[in-house]
Amino acid sequence: MADAMFIGLSILTIGSAIISLESRELLYGGIALAVSLLGIAGFFVILDATFVAMFQIAVYVGAVAVLVIFTVMLVRSPNTVTKRETVKRKISGIILSLAFLALFGAFIGNSAVSQFSFSDAVPAVDIKEIGRELLTYYSPVLIVLAFTLAGAIIGALALARREDIEEKNEPAK
Amino acid sequence: MNQPSDFIIVAAVLISIGIYGIVVKRNALRLIISIELIANAVNLVIVAFSRMLPNSQGQVFVLFSIAISAAEVAVGLGIMIIAYRFYKDIDVTEYKNLKN
Repeated sequence: MADAMFIGLSILTIGSAIISLESRELLYGGIALAVSLLGIAGFFVILDATFVAMFQIAVYVGAVAVLVIFTVMLVRSPNTVTKRETVKRKISGIILSLAFLALFGAFIGNSAVSQFSFSDAVPAVDIKEIGRELLTYYSPVLIVLAFTLAGAIIGALALARREDIEEKNEPAK
Repeated sequence: MNQPSDFIIVAAVLISIGIYGIVVKRNALRLIISIELIANAVNLVIVAFSRMLPNSQGQVFVLFSIAISAAEVAVGLGIMIIAYRFYKDIDVTEYKNLKN
């Protein structure tokens, strides 16, 4: 059975996930997304993965949620308020998500997952071990990942560049 | 004491919320938010199993996954900004030029 900390964190995470999709103002949706990602980081702390929790807070809450909020501010205001969805689409979405939940619940109920348990006897994963693996076995992956990130950031900058402003600023010949 | 199945249930609820958002919402930013929720739920399950085994490779994999989805969000928001510049709207049903 789950303890009180877990129940509180799951209410925080799931509740703000629903708010992030259902709030009328998109800005509040971005803030609720940040709270939900913080809840996930809390789950990581419960699971003794403090390094991953720190990374989650730095990357998701610090970069991704703030990027979403900045984009909301770049878009003019009538677009950031939700238009009314058609009821048919909403009902079909709810049915689809409940069907997924029922299917997944059936899988969980019929598998051996419910017999798994955390044991306090085994020690948690050491941060040193993660660092050692990142620098030895996974070092090629780390390099490729660095190039991927750099390429993605440069690509995003090149996409969002405005060519008309650049032409205006060029000196006359 | 928590069990791994509790974490899996929370992740399943998060994934179903994300599926609801992708099906119902037509705002491009809400679609990105839904994708982020689904990616986070998957990360949560991987870390839960890596604690159960215990095995450090699950946590290393989650670190890579977080970095990849940060890159994905950067590119997605860049595409959204130029789409907004063309159409003056971030509703994905307005993006109709590829249809014909």
